[in-house]
Amino acid sequence: MAEEQGRKWDRCLADSAVKLATGLGVGIVFSVLFFKRRTWPVVFGLGVGLGMGYSNCQQDFRSPYLLHGHMVKEQ
Amino acid sequence: MLRVCLKGANSAARKCLCGNGVPLHPLQQCRSYTSGGSGSSAGKIVAASVLTMGGGVGGTILYANWDPKFRANVEKSIPYSDQVFGLALGPAAPPPVINKPRKVEPVQISSMSEVWKDSKQPKAKEVQRKAEQPDAEGPPAPAPQETLEEASAQVAQILSAIGEVPSVPAPGTHEAEAVPPPAALKGVPAAAAKCTECEHEPAVKERPEGEVAARLAEQDKAEQDLLTSLSSNLEDALGSTAKVTLQAIGAQEAALQAIAQHTRQLREAMEAEAPPDKKSTQWRVLEDALSERSRSVDEAGAAVLKAKAELDKLRGVIDGAKHLKIAAARPSILAAEENLHSMVVDLDSVVTRVQTAQSEAKIVSQYSELVNEAKAQFQKELNSITPEIQANWKGLTGKLTQDDLNSLIAHAHRRIDQLNRELAEQRVREQIHIDSALEQQKLEDKKALEVAISTALEHNREQMRLEQEKKVEETREVMEAEMRTQLRRQAAAHTDHLRDVLKVQEQELRSEAEEILNSSLMEKETEYRRLTQDQLDSFTLDMNAAYARLKGMEEAIDSHVIAEEEARKAHQLWLSVEALNYTLKTAALNDPTEPLEGAVQAIKESCAEDEFAQALATALPSESLSRGVYSEASLRARFYTIRQLARRVALIDETRNSLYQYFLSYLQAMLLFEKAQEAPPAKLSAEDLDTFKLLSYAAYSLEHGDLELAAKLVNQLKGESRRVAQDWLKEARLTLETKQVVSLLSAYANAVGLGTTMAP
Repeated sequence: MAEEQGRKWDRCLADSAVKLATGLGVGIVFSVLFFKRRTWPVVFGLGVGLGMGYSNCQQDFRSPYLLHGHMVKEQ
Repeated sequence: MLRVCLKGANSAARKCLCGNGVPLHPLQQCRSYTSGGSGSSAGKIVAASVLTMGGGVGGTILYANWDPKFRANVEKSIPYSDQVFGLALGPAAPPPVINKPRKVEPVQISSMSEVWKDSKQPKAKEVQRKAEQPDAEGPPAPAPQETLEEASAQVAQILSAIGEVPSVPAPGTHEAEAVPPPAALKGVPAAAAKCTECEHEPAVKERPEGEVAARLAEQDKAEQDLLTSLSSNLEDALGSTAKVTLQAIGAQEAALQAIAQHTRQLREAMEAEAPPDKKSTQWRVLEDALSERSRSVDEAGAAVLKAKAELDKLRGVIDGAKHLKIAAARPSILAAEENLHSMVVDLDSVVTRVQTAQSEAKIVSQYSELVNEAKAQFQKELNSITPEIQANWKGLTGKLTQDDLNSLIAHAHRRIDQLNRELAEQRVREQIHIDSALEQQKLEDKKALEVAISTALEHNREQMRLEQEKKVEETREVMEAEMRTQLRRQAAAHTDHLRDVLKVQEQELRSEAEEILNSSLMEKETEYRRLTQDQLDSFTLDMNAAYARLKGMEEAIDSHVIAEEEARKAHQLWLSVEALNYTLKTAALNDPTEPLEGAVQAIKESCAEDEFAQALATALPSESLSRGVYSEASLRARFYTIRQLARRVALIDETRNSLYQYFLSYLQAMLLFEKAQEAPPAKLSAEDLDTFKLLSYAAYSLEHGDLELAAKLVNQLKGESRRVAQDWLKEARLTLETKQVVSLLSAYANAVGLGTTMAP
């Protein structure tokens, strides 16, 4: 259990890095392809990537506390 | 060599190509070369073979020198090798041969035979003939007794030495055997007389036979002694008489010779006309001859006397031997008598020869005396006529005068006349003398004839007597042989009778002995049975006692066994609990212990019927069984990482669990400092439920070895820190549980062990 935190962080960081890189890449691609080498798609892509990574991380850390409720439809 | 050969061959080959007739030469040359070459090698071969042969021969000779058996073998197998060996080594040592005693008798025989040969030629044949008769009697005689063989052989040898007779052992033994049968004759009737009583007394029977045998042996020995002494006496006497007779004969012969010489010389002296000095020498020689003759005659007479005395002695000895009447000596006596007889005859013949010679000599001496007388008278007359003339008138012819001569002639004429007258007278008296002489001669002849007749008669009588005695001997021997066979038959019958009687006695004795044996056996058996019965009873008693003791011992042992069993079980339980304890200690720093399953299994086995122990054993958590538990030290060490982590996520719980909160929580952990260890209070208040405080309390309690309190405190954590410390808590709980159960078990085991050891 103690290592779980460590594992979570590793996952998180790896994931974030990947997302970041992907966002960067997509941004660069978009920037190059569609937006005439402007920087704002790159940044946008980076931001997208980072945001996705952050969200994933948070989701991972929160996972033990999430309650899954079931809606019971009354007939 | 080879090259030359090759060259030759090559040239031959070349020449072969060129022509046909030439090639033979080089080939021959080649051959000669090769033969030359092979010649030296042949020489080497020859030398080597010679060396080997020489070595072999030398080795054989050396070994034969060392081992005589090997030498004998080689000499046997290889002809002429004995010569080689003789040359090289000298003759082989022959086995020693003992021959000396044998040689003595032949020497004796030869000497005696030489002595007796010339005088005994006609007699020797008779003696041999007579000796051969007892030989003929000897062989048909039965087998000789062994006890007398040696003595008889000696006697036979003595006899042969004396009498020039081949060795005759049979008669000696025969004679000796002839003696025991008469002795046995005496002994057997006594034995027979006693035997009739002996049927009932077997012990007495044997005695007389033994005595008889002893007596026989004694008699034989006595006879043998007598025989030997007698024969020795005879031999001595014969020898001495023979010597003396020989001497007498020799002396007689010498006397004969002397007489003959004397008469011859006398006659020569009478008839020869020698000069006076030679005459005197002649007369002196004659005188010497005369003296010698007289001396030799005297010697001869003395020798004859001695010989006669010896002969008489011998005769006396023979008569004495005859008086002893020993049969064995008879042939020796006979032979001695024959010898005596022959000696007497020889002596007599020699004496007669000497006497004739003496009478001749007397005639010649008388003649010489007459001649001397006549010469003396003539000399006297001459001297009376011519006193100046000396005796040797023959040599004095130149010195005599005419008158002397005339007187001498006249004297001579007168003498002649006288002699003529005497001669006429003599002629007249001659007839008378002749008649008287004839008568005397007749008388003497008659006497001599009578003497000769008497001696011849005596000789014949002697011979007849000897023959008769020999015949008597033969018949006696035959009779004795017959007697012996009869006796043997009787002895055989006797032995058969004895055998039968003995058999009967044997049967009786045997039956008696068997009865006695059976009765004694019965007694012994009853005795034995009684003894065995006693033994058996005592043995049974002992066995019962022993059995009872054994039973008591067995019960005691069983009770002991039970107690020991209990003790063993308790011990085992305790051991297994100790093992479990030990396994708990095997935890490495960060690894759990060995799985406790084995030890727990052992415990379960060791206390199969103990419910409490079983319950306890099953109360152990399965995790500890399968995986093992962590030690306190490892939990303690682990706690610090848990504490770090729990501090870091102290703000995170169900409501606050975003990443921002995580960041804030990390910030708090970095900025907030609390005591590393704080002693927990006895009671926890609400503000003590702060994470950091709880953690320090737990740390403190851990440091002081109180895992339980630490676990309790850690249990109070909330939120994410709780989640983080969850598995540590679980481990701590496991460890605590296991430890509790184990301590319970060990206490129980100790209690049980203590209980069992207190048992009696």
